[in-house]
Amino acid sequence: MNTPSKTSDMILLVCFAAAVLAGPIIMAPFGAGYPDLLQKFAIFGIFAIGFNILFGLTGYLSFGHAAFLGAGSYTAVWAFKLFSMNPIPALILAVVMGGVFALIIGFVSLRRSGIYFSILTLAFAQMSYNLAYSVLTPITNGETGLQLVQSDPRWIDTAIFGIDYGSVLPSSSLFGIDMTGFHGFYFCAAILILCFYVSMRIFRSPFGMMLRAVKTNQNRMNYTGLNTRPYALAAFVISGMYAGLAGGLMAVMDPLAGAERMQWTASGEVVLMTILGGTGTLLGPVIGAGAIKYFENIFSAFNENILMGFFSFLPEGLQHAAVSVAGLFVGEGWHLTLGVLFMVIVIFLPGGLMEGVARIGRLFKRKSGDDGAKTATVPAE
Amino acid sequence: MDAILLQILNGLDKGGAYALIALGLTIIFGTLGVVNFAHGALFMLGAFCAVTTKTLLTLSFTTIDDTQKDFLGNPLEVETPYLVHWFGDFGSSMIEFSVPVAILMAIPVMLFVGIAMERGLIRYFYKRPHAEQILVTFGLAIVLGEIVKKFYGANPIPQAAPEMLRGMTDFGVLLGFDPGSVPYPTWRLVYFLFSLMVIGAVFAFLQFTTFGMVVRAGMADRETVGLLGIDIDKRFTTVFGIAAVVAGLAGVMYTPIQPPDYHWGLDFLVLSFVVVVVGGMGSLGGAVAAGFLLGIVQSFASMNEVKAIFPGIDQIIIYLIAVIILLVRPRGLMGRKGVMET
Repeated sequence: MNTPSKTSDMILLVCFAAAVLAGPIIMAPFGAGYPDLLQKFAIFGIFAIGFNILFGLTGYLSFGHAAFLGAGSYTAVWAFKLFSMNPIPALILAVVMGGVFALIIGFVSLRRSGIYFSILTLAFAQMSYNLAYSVLTPITNGETGLQLVQSDPRWIDTAIFGIDYGSVLPSSSLFGIDMTGFHGFYFCAAILILCFYVSMRIFRSPFGMMLRAVKTNQNRMNYTGLNTRPYALAAFVISGMYAGLAGGLMAVMDPLAGAERMQWTASGEVVLMTILGGTGTLLGPVIGAGAIKYFENIFSAFNENILMGFFSFLPEGLQHAAVSVAGLFVGEGWHLTLGVLFMVIVIFLPGGLMEGVARIGRLFKRKSGDDGAKTATVPAE
Repeated sequence: MDAILLQILNGLDKGGAYALIALGLTIIFGTLGVVNFAHGALFMLGAFCAVTTKTLLTLSFTTIDDTQKDFLGNPLEVETPYLVHWFGDFGSSMIEFSVPVAILMAIPVMLFVGIAMERGLIRYFYKRPHAEQILVTFGLAIVLGEIVKKFYGANPIPQAAPEMLRGMTDFGVLLGFDPGSVPYPTWRLVYFLFSLMVIGAVFAFLQFTTFGMVVRAGMADRETVGLLGIDIDKRFTTVFGIAAVVAGLAGVMYTPIQPPDYHWGLDFLVLSFVVVVVGGMGSLGGAVAAGFLLGIVQSFASMNEVKAIFPGIDQIIIYLIAVIILLVRPRGLMGRKGVMET
C-alpha cells in the first residue's frame, strides 16, 4: 500500500476542517443546517472515528461500544452535578471513564478474538445496560435517566467562581458561552476536528501499522515473537475513550443520560455507521455517521401527506400503491430502511461509501488513458 | 428442597427455548460455517406463525341474533367463526388448540423461509469473513423484526394455551413431596417435553439416517464429501431449513408462556449466542446442555434469597457465566478442537 505524503494529509485535514466548520452553510440546502442535527453529526462522527480505530485497523468487531458511550454520558452528567457546569472537566472525566471501562472490558475480552470477542463485548455491554437499569439506580437513576436538579451542589462553581444559578436549571457553558445552538455545534466541531487529527496521526504512525498487521495476520505477528495483545488493548482503550468523549458531548449538549444509550442496538448503530462510510478509511466513519443521522432525521419525519405530494405525478391508483409501499420505509418504519441499508451495503459494497467513491474514481481514470489502468489496481486502504 | 426443585423446573422451559435456538445456530455454524445473527428472528417468525394460525382459525362472519339483546336493547351481533359453523364442536376445539395446530403450519412456512434465506442470501457469504456474515444477518434480523412490527403492531399479542393444559400441575406429588408444595404450570411442562422431543428428533435424524450421516461427514470434512460425488451444498441447504424449523417450533410453542412481540428476535438472539458460546461452538450436545444449564442458573439467580445477597445478579448472571467460561475454558463446555479457535 502507498502511504500518502505529509502534504496530502495536511490538505485532507484542512479540507475536512473547512467542510466541518462550514457545515451550517453546506448542509442548509439539504434542510439540515440547524444546530441540533449538526451537533449529532459531529458527536456520532467522533464515536464512529473511535470505533474505526479498533475495527478498521485491528479488525476486532466490538458489539459493546455503547457501554463506553453510556459510561461517558453518566460521568459527564455527574460532573455537572457535583463540580461545575463547565464542559471541560466533564469531558475530561468522561474520556477517563470511557478509557477505564475499555481497559477493564478490553483486558478480559481481548483474550479471545473473532466471534468470541464480539460475544464477550456484547455480554459486557448488556451487563452494563442491565445493571444501569436495575441495581445501579442510585447512580444512574434507572429508567427515568440521570438529570440535573436545582439542588445539585456544583462545588467548583459555587465555591471558586461564586456562580449562583438561582432558581433556573443551568445549562452547560464554556466560560460564559452557552453550549446551545451554534455555539454548541462549533464546540463539537472543534473537538471533531481534533479527534480526526489524532486518528490520522494514529493511522500514519508505526503503531497504526502494527495494528494493521494484527488485522492482516495475527499468527505471523505472534510467530515473530511479538506480543500483539498490548497493541490491540491500546487500540481498544483509545476507541473506548473516543466513545466516552462522544457520550460526554451528548451530555454537554443535553444534560441527561439514560440507560438506553448502552443498549446493544446503539452498538450496532455505530458499527453500521463505520461500515457504511468505509471501514479502515479516515473519512469514511464521519461520512457514514452523518449519512445515517441525516437520513434518520429526514426519513422519520416523513408522513403520508408528504409522500402523497411526492408521488403526485403518478395516476391516482399508482399513487396510492407507491405511497403505501414507500410508507413502509419512512416515519415509524425508519428502522426497516436502516436494516435494508445495512444488508445492501454489506452485500454489494463491503468497503462502504469510500470504496464506492474509489470505484467511480477508477472508472474515470481508466477512461482517460491506459496509464491510469495500471496504477489504479492498488486499492485505497 | 422443594424450593430448589421448583427453581429447576422454572428454568427448564426457558432452558428448552435456549437449547432449541442454540441447537439450530450450532447446526448452521457446523455445516455452513456461517454465523447467523438472524436466528433469533426465525424464532420470532415461528411465534408469529402461531399468531397467524389463531387469526386464520378464528375468521368469523357476523350474524344478527334477534333472540338476544345487548345492553342498549338492539339485536345482538354474534360473531361465529367459520370453523365452528362448518364443523361444530370439532371446529371449536381446533380453535382451542390453535397453538399446537400452528405447528402444522409453522413447519412448511419455516422450511420455506429457511431455504429461501439460504439460497437468497447466506450462500453468497460462505467465503466472506465472519464479521461480514454477522453484519448482514444482523441487518436481516432488523428487517424481519420491522416487517413483523408493520403487520402485527408493536404490542405483544397474548396467545392462550388449550384449556386443559392451562392449569397447574402438582409436580411435587410425583416425587413424594406434600401436595401443593411444587405447583408448576402445565404448559411449561408441555414445553419442556416438547423441546426434548424436538432435540431427540434432530439428534436421531443426524445419527440414524443416511442424510444425517452425509451431513455429519460434511461437517467433519466438507471437501472430501464433495470429492465422493455428493452434492453437499444441496444437503446443507436442507439443513439450514431444518434449523429454521427447529427455531420456529420453539417459537410457536413458547407463545403461551410469553406473549410474542417483534423484539423477541433480538432479545433471544443475544442469549442464545451466549448459550452457543458457553456450550462450545460446533458442539450440538454442548448447545443443548448449556441451554438447559443457563436456563436453570438464571431461574436460581432470580430467587429472592439469592437477590438479597447479590442484588441484580439475575440480570447479569448469564453474561457473567459466559465471560467466566470463555476465560477459563475458551472452547466452551464441550467445544471441539479446531472449531473457531482463534
